[in-house]
Amino acid sequence: MPSKPRKPTLAVWKFASCDGCQLSLLDCEDELLAVAGAVQNAHFLEASSTVMPGPYDLSLVEGSITTPHDALRIQAIRKNSRFLVTIGACATAGGIQALRNFADVEEFTRIVYARPEYIQTLKHSTPISAHVLVDFELRGCPVSKAQLLEVISAFLHKRKPAIPQHSVCLECKARGTVCVMVAQGIPCLGPVTQAGCGAICPAYQRGCYGCFGPQENPNTVALSAWWTQLGVDEAAQQRAFRTYNAGASAFSKEAERHG
Amino acid sequence: MSKGPFKLERAGLLQLLQALKTQGYLTLGPTVREGAIVYDELHRLEDLPIGYTDHQEGGSYRLEQRGDGAMFGYNVGPHSWKRFMHPPILRLFRARQANGDLEFESEGEAAPKYAFIGVRACELQAIRVQDRVFLGGPYQDPHYKARREQVFIVAVNCTQAGHTCFCASVESGPRAQTGFDLALTEVVDGEHSYFVGEVGSEAGARLLDRVAHRAAQEAEWNQALALVDRAARQMRHLDTQGLKERLYQSLEHPRWQVVANRCLSCGNCTQVCPTCFCTSVEDHTDLAGQVAERTRRWDSCFTADFSYLHGGSVRVSTLARYRQWLTHKLASWQDQFGLLGCVGCGRCITWCPVGIDLTEEVAAMNDVQTGRFAPKEAGGAHV
Ligand code: SF4
Ligand code: SF4
Ligand code: SF4
Ligand code: SF4
Repeated sequence: MPSKPRKPTLAVWKFASCDGCQLSLLDCEDELLAVAGAVQNAHFLEASSTVMPGPYDLSLVEGSITTPHDALRIQAIRKNSRFLVTIGACATAGGIQALRNFADVEEFTRIVYARPEYIQTLKHSTPISAHVLVDFELRGCPVSKAQLLEVISAFLHKRKPAIPQHSVCLECKARGTVCVMVAQGIPCLGPVTQAGCGAICPAYQRGCYGCFGPQENPNTVALSAWWTQLGVDEAAQQRAFRTYNAGASAFSKEAERHG
Repeated sequence: MSKGPFKLERAGLLQLLQALKTQGYLTLGPTVREGAIVYDELHRLEDLPIGYTDHQEGGSYRLEQRGDGAMFGYNVGPHSWKRFMHPPILRLFRARQANGDLEFESEGEAAPKYAFIGVRACELQAIRVQDRVFLGGPYQDPHYKARREQVFIVAVNCTQAGHTCFCASVESGPRAQTGFDLALTEVVDGEHSYFVGEVGSEAGARLLDRVAHRAAQEAEWNQALALVDRAARQMRHLDTQGLKERLYQSLEHPRWQVVANRCLSCGNCTQVCPTCFCTSVEDHTDLAGQVAERTRRWDSCFTADFSYLHGGSVRVSTLARYRQWLTHKLASWQDQFGLLGCVGCGRCITWCPVGIDLTEEVAAMNDVQTGRFAPKEAGGAHV
């Protein structure tokens, strides 16, 4: 039997993002002590300014790649990480900032910044997996606390994370929510969106916004045909598919059809 | 239990509800919530959907006012009794490390004692089907069994059919025949109504003794039968003649691709279906690695994970998933359990977000000539 093993090291990295996903980790009030007990916090600037050198056992990466500098930085992080897990819509699909992928980023820079020549930015916002090998992608804008803890404990104990890839509808039905699309004619992205949030929006009489990105077998064309019957116009349909997961292939293709 | 048909006023129904509560039952029944009639706890008669009905079509459900005071003047909604006897999420056990050993804690929770009020005939058949699934073979589901054994059932006959109902085609309704403790038919008269009922069990007879009622006159009984008969004549139709063979001969029919193009593989049809029983088992550990637990949750043949064997999912395409659903409900279920897996409640039609209608799909596949082959043995049950 080996002697008492050292605690695995955890690093949390930020790229283009709002910080919401890493804050979900700090938000795990009850479980935070357990997290601190189970891992050595080696690099988590939102929690502590103490930084330990790599390599790290588990790196959680938040945010998308939008600058040449970040494109290099993620390579170094990958080399220094045993497992690399991306967290949130930015890291897994490019985030809301992937709207630039469908527009002219230089024009945006001219409008927003007084001295655009100081801005070094890429034409596209891309997910981490477009740059390095990713061991697991955790969806959501933001990620769900419960799923985040599930993924961390799965990696710590070398098991497969129990993160289903099916539609939000299954979560809706499990909690007994009445379908807002069928009972009220409210357009809902739930059938083409991956579960994970616990079907929050339909429980508050709103359609799903697609925060967790496309489910494993999304039929956006058929859903959109139904939305048309519900009276949703083309522009609104394009907008619906162009939010936090605009860069996810199934959603970006569907949005293009309504251009 | 030699009780004949009886007549119950609304005051009697209230006494019945109270008597069940006194006996420790959690009384569940129809109530209006989130724009639909769902099943939830009933505290008083006012919790019932008085004056409401529903208009149902493929992919659409709307509550409407009836213009009278009927308490049970609607058809089945998004919930079924399955969610109480076969809960959507259930922890099976928990294990913790203690002194280098594993200590197991099973879920020792006492099963709740449910009284279901307003069970429709198709739902009685659905309960019979799930009894067969969970209790009929050598391996019984202890969780279902513990709940099922204690259930008290007050059936209420349908006196009108919904637009997506077809219980008459599969002979599950609209009149409750067996499987209830008490069965009522509501006779509506303006803002008021009364009930004509029959007793289905000893427990039903005992409960009735505690409630004000009188014997029904023949005219009252006949009127109730006529109302239920009216519902039977309002329905859509599913041709069940040789259905299993027809479907087995249609496994390569081009229609499957047509419906697959519309289907979202969202799984709603299987979740609302009162007979679908599939679950997945998930294991979780805590961060410290001290506690592990196993949970069971409803799953569906419309998810890829559900048919994941070593190396991948067996049913990758939407076509394969839809075909599994339809042929299981209407054909291979018969080989597996000796009865139809569909009770004609219409939920999968109404609550499919894009209005896919299994009766329409079956009708479209009736032209079996275009189905190129039949399986050599039509015996395998595919779950
Ligand atoms: S409300 Fe949306 S997510 Fe829920 S079942 Fe309906 S379509 Fe699916
Ligand atoms: S298959 Fe559809 S109509 Fe038949 S019992 Fe299930 S939900 Fe009801
Ligand atoms: S395999 Fe059969 S019982 Fe299971 S979800 Fe599909 S149709 Fe329902
Ligand atoms: S038939 Fe309808 S409810 Fe069932 S999976 Fe397809 S789209 Fe969803």
